[in-house]
Amino acid sequence: MNDQFIIETKDLRKNFISKSKGKKKIVEAVKGINLAVKKGEIYGFLGPNGAGKSTTQKMLSTILSPTSGEVRINGYDLAKQPQQIRQSIGYVSQAGGTDSMSTGMENLILQSLLYGLDKETAQKRALQFTDRFQMSSFADRLAVSYSGGQRRRLDLALGMIHHPSILLLDEPTVGLDPQSRAYLWDEIRNLKEEGITILLTTHYLDEADKLCDTVAIIDYGEIAAEGTPAKLKDDIGADSVLLGFGDINTSKKSGEILSKEIEAQGVKVEDKNVHLYIRNGERELPNILRLLDSNNLIVESISLSKPSLDDVFLKHTGRSLREDDK
Amino acid sequence: MKALYETRLMFQRSLKHTVRNPIWVFLNLFQPLLYLFLFMPLLKSLGGVPGLPAGKTVQIFIPGLLVMLALFGSAFVGFGLVDEIRTGVIERFLVTPASRVAVIAGRVLKDVVVLLIQCILITLFSIPMGLSVNIEGFLMSLLLYAVIAIAMASMSYAFAIIFKSEDTLASTLNTIALPISLLSGIMLPLALAPLWIRDLSKANPFSYAVNASRALFSGDIGNKDVIIGFIIVILLAALTFWWAVRSLKKMAA
Ligand SMILES: Nc1ncnc2c1ncn2[C@@H]1O[C@H](COP(=O)(O)OP(=O)(O)OP(=O)(O)O)[C@@H](O)[C@H]1O
Ligand SMILES: [Mg+2]
Repeated sequence: MNDQFIIETKDLRKNFISKSKGKKKIVEAVKGINLAVKKGEIYGFLGPNGAGKSTTQKMLSTILSPTSGEVRINGYDLAKQPQQIRQSIGYVSQAGGTDSMSTGMENLILQSLLYGLDKETAQKRALQFTDRFQMSSFADRLAVSYSGGQRRRLDLALGMIHHPSILLLDEPTVGLDPQSRAYLWDEIRNLKEEGITILLTTHYLDEADKLCDTVAIIDYGEIAAEGTPAKLKDDIGADSVLLGFGDINTSKKSGEILSKEIEAQGVKVEDKNVHLYIRNGERELPNILRLLDSNNLIVESISLSKPSLDDVFLKHTGRSLREDDK
Repeated sequence: MKALYETRLMFQRSLKHTVRNPIWVFLNLFQPLLYLFLFMPLLKSLGGVPGLPAGKTVQIFIPGLLVMLALFGSAFVGFGLVDEIRTGVIERFLVTPASRVAVIAGRVLKDVVVLLIQCILITLFSIPMGLSVNIEGFLMSLLLYAVIAIAMASMSYAFAIIFKSEDTLASTLNTIALPISLLSGIMLPLALAPLWIRDLSKANPFSYAVNASRALFSGDIGNKDVIIGFIIVILLAALTFWWAVRSLKKMAA
């Protein structure tokens, strides 16, 4: 394995055995993931619900043992040196992990002490972090009374209070208002400036696009594509044209005709919509409309856009991430 | 050393929770108090039957009642753990380098403290009702209840970790706790029971604890029952504690 990478996995797998109605069923949650995360980058897992994002992160954070595969984090072998890995990483789970019957301050201090910091440092850190995450006004209240956003801020502070060199964040901004999200993104970028490596999961396209240096598209426990957001979008090599029709029959028929007559890189029919990936979309648009018109197929809406990560997702998985969110 | 320090941290956290919400300490006292005021008077008129000498019913009943408090008071502590597993608090502790033993031990210690306070309160209530207390024996009996609390709390935590659900936990614990208390001679001396129940009770570790508790209250510290009772509950506590820690280590795997 390579020194350049601070997190590396080789054929990482996790199977769960779930029992339903007395029958044992094997769920392959993670099916052979190879990761190579560079020191100091923001690496994002983008994928729909159930893709295996949390499962992968739990394995990296030492609390879930892999079914098979190798993991190296910060030079340590997960199977042999979990304790050293725990010292190197901070982990903020999807559920958070705030103790709601303690105050924010107590949560922060105990967390520091568990990482082996002395009392004085723990106290100082707790104050620093309440300040940094703008929690001073509520840090002395029991966490049970916090709003969702306040609680999420405390979750994140708990994950980084011991100054880890690697941060694993499971859906850090889920449920936050746009303002808090923007604020957290800035905070995550600041951490990167400090040299911290961040591995986050998200199902927000804009979060992956704007925040991450590298994005891995993960679906059904596998990485379907990986690269910088720009490169992933460039690889599509085409603009995306979305045509909306009145009913499914029309969209199907249009899809057939378009794939025959137009030189597109891809035509995908989804419900009443047809996605067309095409070079120089602006110039081709009139031809497309003329063709449909001459076949008496009525277009109800048209949009032309440069490729987004959703198009990347659609191309690699055959599904749209946006549809999943609905 | 490190594990001891972390156990203290976890203990302080749990104790703070209890101090903030002390209502449970007292709710748990409600049942034994009911037995004390509504059941014990019935026993009084029974005095004179085998195992229940006339005029000594209080002396026989209270030590058993305290064992029952230790059993039931500690049996349901797993509920709090289920909640903390669900909200990710336990997972957060497991990601730190802190000792897994400390995560369980800190909670169990808090349960022991709560139980000892309850036992002292019940004993104080019983003195006006005619209980005579031998100080040395009483202190020893507190130690016995502490060990019982460790055993029951650890078992409760092990089940909580394995089931991760309040419903399953509740029915499992009830299924276990009720026969244990019926077969330990807490309510009535087992001397009254038919032979087959007496035989069955020999398989119940807590029937020895009840015997030990009664011997201690009568000041008979060196009694064979005391030694046997202690040995049995200590072994049981060690086993269930080890089981709880092991379950925690395997929790997510
Ligand atoms: N303890 C478990 N037992 C059985 N199946 C599990 C367990 N944990 C996760 N799974 C299954 O593994 C798959 C991956 O789950 P995972 O939580 O990793 O998804 P995710 O990508 O994080 O999704 P989300 O966006 O909803 O958080 C899912 O099908 C899930 O049901
Ligand atoms: Mg998840």
